[in-house]
Amino acid sequence: MTSLLAPRPAAQIWSVKKNEEAAAKKRPKMTAAQLRVQKDLTELELPNTMTTHFPDPSDVLNFNLTITPDEGIYKGGVFHFTFAINLNYPHEPPKVRCTQKIYHPNLDLEGNVCLNILREDWKPVLNLSSVMIGLQYLFLEPNPDDPLNKEAAEDLRRNREEFIQNVKTSMRGGSVRGETFDKVLK
Amino acid sequence: MDVAMEPANGFVHAGHRSDDAISSESPYRDIDRVLDRPGPWTDEAFQGTKDFLRTQSKVLVIGAGGLGCEILQNLALTGFHDIYVIDMDTIDISNLNRQFLFREADVGKSKAIVAADFVMSRVPGVKVTPYHGKIQDHPPSFYKQFNLIIAGLDSISARRWINATLVQMVDEEDEESLKPLIDGGTEGFKGQARLPMLTPPTAFPICTIANTPRLPEHCIEWASVLEWPKVFPDKKLDTDDPDHIEWLYQQATARADEFKIEGVTWTLTQGVVKNIIPAIASTNAIIAGKRDGLSPLTSASCCNEAFKIATTCAPFLSNYMMVRRPVVSPLTPQYVGNDSVYAYTFEYDKREDCPVCGGESITAEIGKDWTLERLVEWLSERQNMSAVLHASHSRRADTPRQISKPSLSHPSGKPLYFQAPPQLHDATKPNLDRLVSDLLADEGPELVVTDPNLPFSLGVTIAFV
Repeated sequence: MTSLLAPRPAAQIWSVKKNEEAAAKKRPKMTAAQLRVQKDLTELELPNTMTTHFPDPSDVLNFNLTITPDEGIYKGGVFHFTFAINLNYPHEPPKVRCTQKIYHPNLDLEGNVCLNILREDWKPVLNLSSVMIGLQYLFLEPNPDDPLNKEAAEDLRRNREEFIQNVKTSMRGGSVRGETFDKVLK
Repeated sequence: MDVAMEPANGFVHAGHRSDDAISSESPYRDIDRVLDRPGPWTDEAFQGTKDFLRTQSKVLVIGAGGLGCEILQNLALTGFHDIYVIDMDTIDISNLNRQFLFREADVGKSKAIVAADFVMSRVPGVKVTPYHGKIQDHPPSFYKQFNLIIAGLDSISARRWINATLVQMVDEEDEESLKPLIDGGTEGFKGQARLPMLTPPTAFPICTIANTPRLPEHCIEWASVLEWPKVFPDKKLDTDDPDHIEWLYQQATARADEFKIEGVTWTLTQGVVKNIIPAIASTNAIIAGKRDGLSPLTSASCCNEAFKIATTCAPFLSNYMMVRRPVVSPLTPQYVGNDSVYAYTFEYDKREDCPVCGGESITAEIGKDWTLERLVEWLSERQNMSAVLHASHSRRADTPRQISKPSLSHPSGKPLYFQAPPQLHDATKPNLDRLVSDLLADEGPELVVTDPNLPFSLGVTIAFV
């Protein structure tokens, strides 16, 4: 070795790195988040009750999910969610919002969603598929014990039949307890 | 060895501060003893590195907080002459107990700027250039100018960011593009994040926040997560803006009153929304955590490594060192009686499927007339692919490793050909009939392949023959 100065510190480390077989190959520079989203999306196997839509097909980090439950209380509705994924994914969960005003114990009137894996129980081993399945589950089994819309949760707890009627009214675009909801029927 | 017996040069902690600046005669005479003659562990190219250290090396310190102050001091005193420091924070009164480059009169000023001025005034001949701002606001070209980067960060996402940025900057053809990263708390260089402990911000169930708050933190989260977007739908919450914090504090206080919860303070509000602290931990525990006395030790090791890398006077750490104080409970770190400090070093292995630095990479030599479909077929037919993968994943050798349903994209993340979801499959399917040379004309000759059979990604560099 003849070069002693400027490149030296790097050179010393470089020679170490060169010895590592795996590092001897050039890698395209893609962010870990993009890579993970690509894997999540391209291996997604959604039931026919869910479809994704990408407003900009070259941007895989922002998209919409439509859920059309084929059973349960919310059957017949068409529900839209937005997914926004940042570069900390999968260390941070995707940000998910409902774009409609829906009468549901676990959704508030602004579209916030109370789903444990979107916040306190998120783990990087979970993926977009887990979140989507989780969202669909909310429509099959609304959970009155973790309410975001307290009135709806109370209705469900107190009188399930009446709650079902309220859901039907709200999905037609009617009002429940003075609050008008978005029409979500097909 | 009389080296160790010499009194340390001037620069000492607050409280014992002497007003004499370091004598300009021979401020580095103790350091010179290490650098002027080779020792048993010096590298063959050791001669002349002293000159590199004192006149050419440029080192960046990320963070001018508890660890940063120590690091800046140590670097300046070991003879690094051209130091850069970046920090987005301003000085808070609670920092003064340990961040000894700051005085009471500095409260509210930029940490980076005050720290730089202080070091320069105390150690003549050292240039410290401050940047007040976020590391994420600087492009790779900014980081390219440094020989060495030391991070004394308190945020995990900032660590990940700088690690990923430095890893992505490495260009095989250019030795200079490899920037050793010494990560405070732990060290190393190969661009892999080493984190001593993960304390992710505590997330509370949103329903608890909305309906059944029990803790002051719940009220603060309610204000920041639910109320802010409702009241200011078009304004993004800026956690560094005192007015924003004030608004949240007011809202949280009102809510706390409503639910008869005590303990909402301005500082706690700031702490919760900035994720400075695990939200449940009490303020005492936080201070204890930050005062656990490891900063000087950690910083010493960081700077020791920086010095060795820059001068080649001794082999550098490979690649992880850990220092621990016995801990009673995760929430209330404290020293246990006379138990000693525990330290050991070991080499951290690289993870094959690390999303930042792992994955396999191949070069595909293809003709100008190849369509994307032909490339996909070529990828699927590569038998030796499975051999490579078998070797590195012997545990799962039974699973087929052949690429069967590849999805391809540009390194920017833009899809080239996706198997799913249906819309993206339909949108990218026409690309199969197009020429690879046309598809890659805009974004460069690299693409990224994922496949259900691959546990990691495959980088492909296209060479046209």
